[in-house]
Amino acid sequence: MSAGDVLGRVHAESWGRLLGGLIRSSRRPDLAEDAVAEAFAHAARQWPAEGVPANPAGWLATVAQRRLLDAWRAEQRRAAPEFRAAVAARAHPPPLPPPGAEADERIPLLFMATHPALTEDVRPALALRFVLGVPTQRIARLFLVPLPTMAARLTRAKKRLADIGAAFGVPDPARWPERADDVARAVYLAFTAGYAPGDDEVERVAEAGDAVRLAVLAADLLPDHEVVQALAALLELHHARRAARARPDGSLVLLTDQDRSLWDAAAIARGLHRLTGLTPTDGYAEQLRLQALIAGFHATAATVSDTDWVGIARAYRRLEQLTGSPIVRLNRAVAVGEAYGAPAGLTLLRAAGERLPGHHRVALVRAELLARDGREAEAAEAFRAALSLMPDGAERRHVEGRLRALRPGV
Amino acid sequence: MKYLVLLIGDGELPPWNSLTEEEQAAGMKKFEDFDAACAARDGVEILSGEALAGPSSATTLRTRGGTLSVTEGPYAEVIEGLGGYYLIETPDLDTLIELLQVLPAYDMQLQPAVDPYE
Repeated sequence: MSAGDVLGRVHAESWGRLLGGLIRSSRRPDLAEDAVAEAFAHAARQWPAEGVPANPAGWLATVAQRRLLDAWRAEQRRAAPEFRAAVAARAHPPPLPPPGAEADERIPLLFMATHPALTEDVRPALALRFVLGVPTQRIARLFLVPLPTMAARLTRAKKRLADIGAAFGVPDPARWPERADDVARAVYLAFTAGYAPGDDEVERVAEAGDAVRLAVLAADLLPDHEVVQALAALLELHHARRAARARPDGSLVLLTDQDRSLWDAAAIARGLHRLTGLTPTDGYAEQLRLQALIAGFHATAATVSDTDWVGIARAYRRLEQLTGSPIVRLNRAVAVGEAYGAPAGLTLLRAAGERLPGHHRVALVRAELLARDGREAEAAEAFRAALSLMPDGAERRHVEGRLRALRPGV
Repeated sequence: MKYLVLLIGDGELPPWNSLTEEEQAAGMKKFEDFDAACAARDGVEILSGEALAGPSSATTLRTRGGTLSVTEGPYAEVIEGLGGYYLIETPDLDTLIELLQVLPAYDMQLQPAVDPYE
């Protein structure tokens, strides 16, 4: 195994544990993360030339610890001059972590990175960085921001964690139940960022895969937290469709047109396995469970017409009761149209349309339901209304195709 | 770490003087419960805490251009509702947030004190 391979493996297995151990002992998430990153960079330079050390993870821990101590001492020297003498006399370096501490440090790391005292938009990025050690460059691409912007955002967040004295521990679910939801929300945000349109669909799918890894790890680390289990089920089931989602030229393929043989059967099986372990609950956990259930109905259907639309419509109804979201209402109208016929779907759609003015999907769903109901002229009008609201892109081309199919020659 | 906890606004709570005697007694009980919860938690200690006189009794000191000016009133609008404070020793912010949920649901501001020797 080459030095690079070993380093990659140690990174995957030990990044979170190394960082967690260092934060626990130093209580300085800002300095600790820099130190671990520097240790890995050092290894990438030294190992290929001088050989891989006998205990790679131990070597990295020692180097990271030394780096942290250097940074900490430098910071003490920069402290306010009037205290410098006193500081020099009383300085005590942070204690080293006890050897062989076996608890998985990635759990407190996950809670710290998604701490509610951080702004919501930085939590997903910090979770990917802290727990998995995803390179900042890759995180920047995921969130479609320039590298220096993302680097500055992460640095600010780490500094804030240190400044406010955020705990490195596992919050008591009875005393502070919102924290598990915060973890799930952050990971979900990372995932949806990967599915936002970007330049290169293939690249973006790989980046969304980081969020799926994080969700699965979180679910394995926190087996008793329903919200995290539901999230992992949802993301596995959704991400299982990734290979069918884009054409070789990078353009998107809608669910209806996807080649289902390209779906990842193993991922679907894992997602379904998690899903069947869940029972109806409430709050955010239930929202994610219902979404996973819907993804599960799609994942197990051999064709679009084989889909259990009645089941999907029922899940959407409960989801709408929980969220009151007009987007959910829109999706529910689609499912109801499939399950009970176009007129039933159109009735449901009316209320959604009022609450989503100017949203092209309202016109689009209306058009599809009208077409299904045989009202071609009205459907064409609705397709044109949708097109007038849509930007260029794969979805627009799909709608243009639908309009042409409806009225050949138009 | 030491944190200064400022009890600022009533938040969603009805104003104190609109409460019945029983409701006020229940509110007071929460402060006793908070004392007890802090005493029971490892590494947590209430170092100091006082109810404060109203913002109209506040004085603000400012030095501008080498000259000290003393003005009536609170420093800034955010402090207008300031009703009390605690100075609390706690291992970390999260422990403190957990404990503060024992108190009535005021708006609060939590600020760590800086120890130059840390």
